[in-house]
Amino acid sequence: MRAAARKSPPGPLEYLRRWPIQAWLAFTAFYLYAPLITLMAFSFNDSKRNIVWRGFTLKYYQATFADTDLITAFGNSLTIAAVSTLVSVILGAMTALLLWRFRFPAKTVLEGALGLPIVVPEICMGVAMLVFFTQVVPWPTEIAWPFNLGAIIISHISFSFSFVAIVIRGRLASFNRELEEAAKDLGASEWRVFWDVIVPHMRPGLIAGALLAFTLSLDDFVITFFTSGPDTITFPVKVYSMVRFSVTPEVNAASTILIVLTVALTAIALRLQGADVARAETGEGL
Amino acid sequence: MDESWRDAKGVFAVVLGPPAVWLTAFFLVPLAIIWAYSFGENTSLTQIGVTGTFANYAHAVRPLYLGIIWKSLWFAAATTVLCLIAAFPVAIAITFAREKTKVWLLLLIMLPFWTNLLIRTYALMAVLRDEGYINFALGFAWGGVSHVTGALGYPLGTFVPLELLHNNFAVIFGLVYVQLPFMVLPLYAALDRLDRSLLEASLDLGAGHFTTFARVVTPLAMPGIVSGVLITFIPTVGAYLTPDLLGGPSSQMIANVIENQFKTANDWPFGAALSFLLMYMTFVAMAVQGMVARRRGATR
Repeated sequence: MRAAARKSPPGPLEYLRRWPIQAWLAFTAFYLYAPLITLMAFSFNDSKRNIVWRGFTLKYYQATFADTDLITAFGNSLTIAAVSTLVSVILGAMTALLLWRFRFPAKTVLEGALGLPIVVPEICMGVAMLVFFTQVVPWPTEIAWPFNLGAIIISHISFSFSFVAIVIRGRLASFNRELEEAAKDLGASEWRVFWDVIVPHMRPGLIAGALLAFTLSLDDFVITFFTSGPDTITFPVKVYSMVRFSVTPEVNAASTILIVLTVALTAIALRLQGADVARAETGEGL
Repeated sequence: MDESWRDAKGVFAVVLGPPAVWLTAFFLVPLAIIWAYSFGENTSLTQIGVTGTFANYAHAVRPLYLGIIWKSLWFAAATTVLCLIAAFPVAIAITFAREKTKVWLLLLIMLPFWTNLLIRTYALMAVLRDEGYINFALGFAWGGVSHVTGALGYPLGTFVPLELLHNNFAVIFGLVYVQLPFMVLPLYAALDRLDRSLLEASLDLGAGHFTTFARVVTPLAMPGIVSGVLITFIPTVGAYLTPDLLGGPSSQMIANVIENQFKTANDWPFGAALSFLLMYMTFVAMAVQGMVARRRGATR
């Protein structure tokens, strides 16, 4: 049965079974994956030259974990991402509830303004934050960790929470408002309805939004580059300074760790609230 | 769904307040300051006076900077066209795959897109540099060919690595690499919504696959194509990292000049003017997208 199905000529719209399409797909996959896979593979290569395979080693991972600057930068990145995620989810949930529930004057204006952080070029936002945190609200750099990370955290929240709002709003669209009405008829207050009926429904959106905000923050280079100082280096900023010098197995090892971390987090987010995360990531507005 | 804000003023104020305040204080105000600076000038080493001058914009349209803006637009256009060519067959393959295969193919396209931009760019440096994988493979092939021709009496001489990194080619190669998934997803979304019976009718009535795609699919999928083109084009114009790491001195794009004005040259008003020129270009591109979407909606 199977063999027969395989031998039949492809149907008119079965493009995936035609060789030019298959070849094109294979070529694209190679183009997208070969650089990343070689990068990850050569982080285990026992040779400085990074081009010929000389055997398996974990020494570059040991070197990475022994590099205190890199570990500090990684700690900073995780701290920034955690705080930024918490605040972004709260603000994003409020935004989503606002736009989902209410009709009010100038709603389109607000929707447009909330869409801005998604469309404004990163470089413009980066320099705006640089100027803001040096000229208008000079952020003290000598205060204790983690408060010296404040400027970076604030910038990250500003570009993350609109993305979170899109994800949560997408989830809310499937909410059955009769549940809310029923709860109110049964005497629940506004707060109880929110906490016991709406929040449980929002939960997958909240988690997916949180993971999205976390990866956005962890991945950001350009905006952080403009807001970080000598004592507030993040992981991508540190990797950037390493990359500028040369291609080395240590950078490969550090990159591999970050790739695995973000891919895992995004995969979880996608499982929870796939379509909305994809929508937010491709910038399809609120 | 819509409830008037008057019916629950308390709740409305609670959910409106924090996001609106945050957005204003930590996003709109910083941008407004940059906008104001673009009409200012350096009055001392650390002071900038907003004098309402247009000198920074006049500065930005001088041939040197106009050339860089032009180059940014040109790079973005080339990247968009290459992405469109590369992505269309991929989107077709995904659209007409079986449900289960579809999920895996989408994942295949999305996965590299989740890895850090910096790391993806770094991965390309390892591929393209003089002692990178491409030159290594070419050198290996050169050695083999040289061996054969040497036996025939015509040795080829030593292999000179191709200069693949730090030039315009590397920048466009990198931008296509980074932006490709952005193009595939909207194209797929548009193709997936098409009425398949139209394609079948076209094929039944004797049109070939190319004719069907050129004359039936493309017009119907135009909103998706336009949105894919803009989603690719807009971030590419303002790309910073790719030209910075893969480009050479002559392949700097507008974002690199902006960074330079703020971090090295210390001419903030001029950098601010360039930033806002980039923002205006973004807004024009988005307005075009909105217009196309509206016209499509009107003709349906």
